[in-house]
Order: sequence, then C-alpha cells, then structure tokens
Amino acid sequence: MSERSRGPASILTAVTGLGHRVNDALARLGFATRFLIVLLRWSGQSFRRFHLTIREIYYCGFQSLLIIIVSGLFIGMVLGMQGYETLQRYGSAEALGVLVALSLVRELGPVVAALLFASRAGSSITAEIGLMKATEQLTAMDMMAINPIARVVAPRFWGGVISMPLLAALFSATGVFGGYLIGVVFIGVDEGAFWSQMQASVDFRYDVWSGIVKSFIFGIAVSLIAVFEGYDAVPTAEGVSGSIKGTVVKSALAILALDFVLTSFMFREG
Amino acid sequence: MSRKLLDLWVGIFVAFGLASVLFLALKVGNVSTNLSETYPLTAKFVNIGGLKVRAPVKSAGVVVGRVADIRFDPESYEAVVTLSMDSRYRFPKDTFALILTAGLLGEQYIGLDPGGDEAMLKAGEVITKTQSAVVLEKLISQFMFNKASEGQGDK
Repeated sequence: MSERSRGPASILTAVTGLGHRVNDALARLGFATRFLIVLLRWSGQSFRRFHLTIREIYYCGFQSLLIIIVSGLFIGMVLGMQGYETLQRYGSAEALGVLVALSLVRELGPVVAALLFASRAGSSITAEIGLMKATEQLTAMDMMAINPIARVVAPRFWGGVISMPLLAALFSATGVFGGYLIGVVFIGVDEGAFWSQMQASVDFRYDVWSGIVKSFIFGIAVSLIAVFEGYDAVPTAEGVSGSIKGTVVKSALAILALDFVLTSFMFREG
Repeated sequence: MSRKLLDLWVGIFVAFGLASVLFLALKVGNVSTNLSETYPLTAKFVNIGGLKVRAPVKSAGVVVGRVADIRFDPESYEAVVTLSMDSRYRFPKDTFALILTAGLLGEQYIGLDPGGDEAMLKAGEVITKTQSAVVLEKLISQFMFNKASEGQGDK
C-alpha cells in the first residue's frame, strides 16, 4: 500500500472508533437501566435480611460522619466570615444568618455532602464490588444459588440512599452552627437578630424540604453509579481502578447536572 | 463486629441525622434564646413596617427585650406589638416607643426613649406614646409634593 491511502483509512478508523464509542456508551446506559430494574426487583428480598443494609449504612453513613461534620463546620465558618465581610458594608450584618442558612440548606448542604459522599463512600463501594467481581466472588455466589444482586448490590445501594439525606442534613446543621460560631461568637452579630432573621426567611417546606428531596435524589444517583461501576468493572486490577475513577468523576458530574435541573424546578421564583 | 454493636452505631448515626433535620425545622419555627426573666408590655403602632417577631427592643442602643408577638387589631386598625422585656430594666410611664431601622437597609427594631415620669410601667401595661415605622415611599412622595408646590409658588 502506498503512503497516500493511509489518509482515508485513518479517517475511516476515526469514524468507526467514534461509532464504537457511542455504541458502547449507549449500550452501557441500557445495561445500567436494566441493572437498576433488576436491582429494584431484588430489593424486596434483600430487605428481608435487613441487617445487611444496616451494615452498609454503618460503613458508608456512619463512617462518613467525621468528614461531613468537619467540612460542614468549616464551610459554615467560611460562609460566616465572607458573608459578614460583604453584608456589613451595607449595614445589614444581621442578615448573616439568612445568608448562611439559605445557601447551606438549599445548595451547599446537599451538593457538597453528596460530592464528599461520592468520593468517600461511593468509591469504596465500587472498589469492594469490583474486587469481588475480579476475584470471582460474585460468580461463586451465583454458583451457590445466592443472588449477588440481592446479597451484595442492593444492600449497598439502599445503604447509600438512606445515608445521604441524613448526611446532608447533618452537613447543613453543622454549617449553620459554624456560621453562628463565627458570626455571633467571634464577630459579635446580634444573636437574636441572627436567628430571628433566619427563622423569618427560611421556610421549612420551601427551603429545608427541597434540600432534603435534593439530597435524596443525589443519594440515588451516587449509589447507583457506585454499585453499577463496581458490578460492571473489568475484572482486573487496572479495570477496578478505572471503575473507581469512573465513580468519582461520573458522580460529581451527575450531582452538579442534577443540581442545576432540580434547582430550576424547585426555586423557579427565587 | 457484632450485629448489636453495629445496630447501636447505626442508631446513633440515624439519631444524629434526624436531630439535625429537627434542628433545621425548629430553627425555622421558634427556638427562643430566653432572656432570663421577662415581663410583657404592649404597644400599638399605626404601621410597623417590616418589624418581625423576635426583633430586638433597644434603649440607648442596648438590647433590653424582644418582640414577642405582633397582632392586628381589627377594631382600631392598628398593629398590637407585645414586647417581652428583661425584668432587670424598668421604664417610666411616658416612655416613647419608636420603630427604627438598623442601617439603611438593615432590620427594624423597637427603640425606647424613657420619659421623666416617676411611675414605672408594670407588667402587661400599654405604652401609649408610639411612633410608627418610616415608610420610604410616603417620605419620598411627601418630599416630591413639597418640591412641586415650592416650584409653583416661585412662579
């Protein structure tokens, strides 16, 4: 073959490569949907042995407490400091409580808690399931007539879904406390005005409840991505590490995209 | 780890989570930062502007109480504001209650200017001398009308 014919050939390879990639992505999406349906169908059976889910709540919820509380506290404190800096220029430093509470409850609480959760708990779920697959434990279970979806995947999924809203609420609460610590205790904003303005502006149904719904949806997204990436991992050391990376990246993107969509649904007027 | 211990830790986690949901909910409702001992006073205002429940009551710039309740009186068409005052402080009968604003855009509070009366206000009594909140629109329209009439006078 002459040198010239390489041009069209390489274009052809590029096009087929692109086609393969799109095909693969769509096939994976289809597989993920099928996986979710199977997962939901076997959830009933896994709830009958609920201690499995309890165990997963312990591993992904309870063990994330430290990082959630510490980050919440510091984000609240930073919000308090930065918010005060701007608000006091307009003589409305008392509105600090409103600023801290609204930004935490509506956005930062659910989003940052979900991002932390994805990298702390989601990645470990993926690693665990991926390694189980690589060492053929999942196949072994299947051989023993134990459904690996019901025994391994569903408890981890539901553990994540249950933990996420609780963690987000904890994050928001400690954040508000951090803002209070900086605003009222250190800077000296009037305590009554701090809380009263906050209470006057934060609506439970509109703000707090929307935040909880948001974090619940994030919980579903992150947990599904984590268990799916693990279950779908290429059963080699390299494949598992790629899946873990995939969990963190895809979760982060999914959280931010979902947050945009949910915010435009929930706070259209605001 | 035994199942009982696991249940305990998860129980603690869930309790923490629910407690923080409760905290977020009650913060919206009302958790009073209680002044140790209080006594109630009421004051009627024609217009309270943007005064809110739990706003501070200040005298000489010092917080001496909180707004406990705001109601509308359908007979006199006035706002009835209940103040819970720190019982360490007593005010004369002819004390003046004004609705003031902290800063240009800040929140509104009640300022008390003590008068010279010998008798003091007792719990549950009414502050008779009040001044309503300044409504910016009214102030501006008043100013504009004055300016307009001035202009006509010159001609």
